[in-house]
Amino acid sequence: MAQLEEVSLEQFKHLVSERALTGETMLLNMGPQHPSTHGVLRLLLELDGEVVVNCIPDIGFLHTGVEKNMEAKTYQKAEVMTDRLDYMNTMGNNLAYVVAVEKLIDVDVPVRAQALRVILVELQRIASHLVWLGTSGLDLGAMSMFLYCFREREDILDIFELVSGQRMMTTYIRPGGLWRDVPVEFEKAVRDFLKMFPKRVDEYETLLTKNPLFIDRMVDIGYLSKEVALSFGVTGPPLRASGVNWDLRKARPYCGYEQYDFNVPVLTEGDTYARYLVRIQELRESLKIIEQAMNKLPMGPVRSENRKFVPPPRSEIGVSMEALIHHFKLWTEGFPAPKASIYSAIESPRGELGVYLEGDGGPKPMRVHMRTPSFDNLAVISQIVKGHLVADLVAILASIDIVLGDIDR
Amino acid sequence: MDWTIWLEWVLKGLILCLVLLTGFAYLTWYERRALARIQIRVGPNRAGPQGLLQPIADAVKLIFKEELTPAKVYKTIFILAPVLTVVPSLIIAAVIPLGSKFMFFGREITLYIADLNVGVLYLASIASIAVYGIVLAGWSSNNKYAMLGGIRSSAQMISYELSLGLCFVIAILLGNSMNLNEIVDAQKDMWFAVIQPAGALVFLIVTLAEVNRAPFDMPEAEQELTAGYHAEYSGMKFALFFMAEYQKMIVICMIAATLFFGGYREFWFLQGTIFSVDRFWFLGPVYLLLKVVVLLFFMIWIRATWPRIRYDRLMAFGWKVLLPLSLVLAFITATGILLAQELNNRLFFWGIPVLSIICALVAVVFIYRNLRRKSHGRV
Repeated sequence: MAQLEEVSLEQFKHLVSERALTGETMLLNMGPQHPSTHGVLRLLLELDGEVVVNCIPDIGFLHTGVEKNMEAKTYQKAEVMTDRLDYMNTMGNNLAYVVAVEKLIDVDVPVRAQALRVILVELQRIASHLVWLGTSGLDLGAMSMFLYCFREREDILDIFELVSGQRMMTTYIRPGGLWRDVPVEFEKAVRDFLKMFPKRVDEYETLLTKNPLFIDRMVDIGYLSKEVALSFGVTGPPLRASGVNWDLRKARPYCGYEQYDFNVPVLTEGDTYARYLVRIQELRESLKIIEQAMNKLPMGPVRSENRKFVPPPRSEIGVSMEALIHHFKLWTEGFPAPKASIYSAIESPRGELGVYLEGDGGPKPMRVHMRTPSFDNLAVISQIVKGHLVADLVAILASIDIVLGDIDR
Repeated sequence: MDWTIWLEWVLKGLILCLVLLTGFAYLTWYERRALARIQIRVGPNRAGPQGLLQPIADAVKLIFKEELTPAKVYKTIFILAPVLTVVPSLIIAAVIPLGSKFMFFGREITLYIADLNVGVLYLASIASIAVYGIVLAGWSSNNKYAMLGGIRSSAQMISYELSLGLCFVIAILLGNSMNLNEIVDAQKDMWFAVIQPAGALVFLIVTLAEVNRAPFDMPEAEQELTAGYHAEYSGMKFALFFMAEYQKMIVICMIAATLFFGGYREFWFLQGTIFSVDRFWFLGPVYLLLKVVVLLFFMIWIRATWPRIRYDRLMAFGWKVLLPLSLVLAFITATGILLAQELNNRLFFWGIPVLSIICALVAVVFIYRNLRRKSHGRV
């Protein structure tokens, strides 16, 4: 049995204040097994009574080596790994990776596929925000919120299962389009959801938004200033709640987001309550996008016709020799990508999700790197929790909305 | 003394203990089912019809579970703490009248164990003992989370004890006695909750804090302190804490029913009908049970809907809102009764509910304004 190494205070005394060394303040390990750290995050807290003096996040407990693993796989097969990163945003991860691959190999994507991608990614945004809303409600003790949110999330996951056969690990968005066209039931399922969901958001708001206890817990807690947010590279709702209007869907449109009419909610208060309000408004904005995309969903192919990069449909394989050859080549060898490096980013529910790809002329990437929003957003926590209570730390952590799979790649 | 008196006491005590223990078990079932209903779940429904055997299955599991005692705990106190928590929650029920009396083989059997003339004082004192178990559990566990839980609970209970005491005073004034039987009899025509609605409300809020229920479940705040003071306990020792908590819920609801909602008495409009307790003695426990079940439902309902209040705000709420409010309510009650007696004018007596409600509204407005100021008018 391996000897457990006893860590002495000497080893991390540069991280804590002087008072911790004299025993005046208390060092407390929060996590990696703790109900409120949203995964296996460890926070080393220095507490004065219940006031947080220092908070040092310690990550890496969920390290999976996905980025390194992707180097050993062809471009198509590596996509399967992206689902496992941010497990609350699987469609979005697929999209981020696929957009980067498409940029590298330069294939066109049919408009129908673009519109369907937007619908699915926005549904995923709603699902992700629902998990955030539920878990942050749970962190504050409002336990019913959790179950109400998961009820609606289940509907979205059912839609995903309908289109891809999988609830979470979908790998539905593929380089050059989609895996296959959506089934006929898809439209009704999405329309039903669009009809039902606004009422449900109102329901959540009646439970929380004006609840005096909730306001008491959220307002003026974890203030994040614009400057700190920008210098730490915070993106997504936390940044927009601090008064910076930065949303990649508007700033650097992809997948035809420029065709849709939606607002980017921006607030200036920068506290947990502002972050809450921004996300709640985003739920409604996402619905607007889905509705518009559904209304003008064009007919047509969902996969590029470029056979050098995109496998032919199953029906062609039996009748066409070329199709069989392409299929065989693409799934055994993969497609070669040029020797170039690109970076592209999408707006995930948590912020800017960027993918850096470096091709070496062969069918496998030489380096894949994900710029994940949770990683940068978590870094700021040590700045904004100082002087708050342990109970507030839980609320702040929830309002940052981290996913540990997103942090430890 | 006659040996039959001893026998009667022992039997009644035994029956009460058994009732409370079964009540605890089925309260967990009731809570889980009710919570599940609110949260669009099903709840335990596998063991027995409607999951009615679930508490028994849980009990068997907890009894046979391995008990871990961490190496660095203070053994004696660590073992004593759960006992110290459970015992007060059981013996506090001794003075609560469960019904009137009945004849049994020519013997008059009363439906309470002890007829203390200072019953309310007994309640107040035993209720405060319970905090020792929690504090000592937190301290002896030698765990930082447990310690924080223990400290939180002691601060919380001491602050809310004051308002609780003042609510007792209201009931004593209205009942003109410290004996719980007489307080119940005084509510024959009118519940004290009607005369003093704000007092009853304050009492219900304070009881939530007193039994560490949401939204005042600071000591065990799962999302902050994982489990708080019982973090290091397992098996039957943990079950004892659990038992104490749920028994306290039942008992405190019984006390609330006794002091403000007419105790075992029937609803006032049922007086003189065949549904009266004076006609059939066994209706007393039934009415009490009904009232307790309704009050418990409110506790569960609140748990399902409200977020947890923050620890320092909880203290502020206790000291700055509830304590002044309950002081004023006690004052209003005393003055109203005095004036009604001295001037022989019932109008002053009816000034009590009116003034109390106004005071409660002022308190609500105060909280609201405070919240507005804190949020810079954003709400």
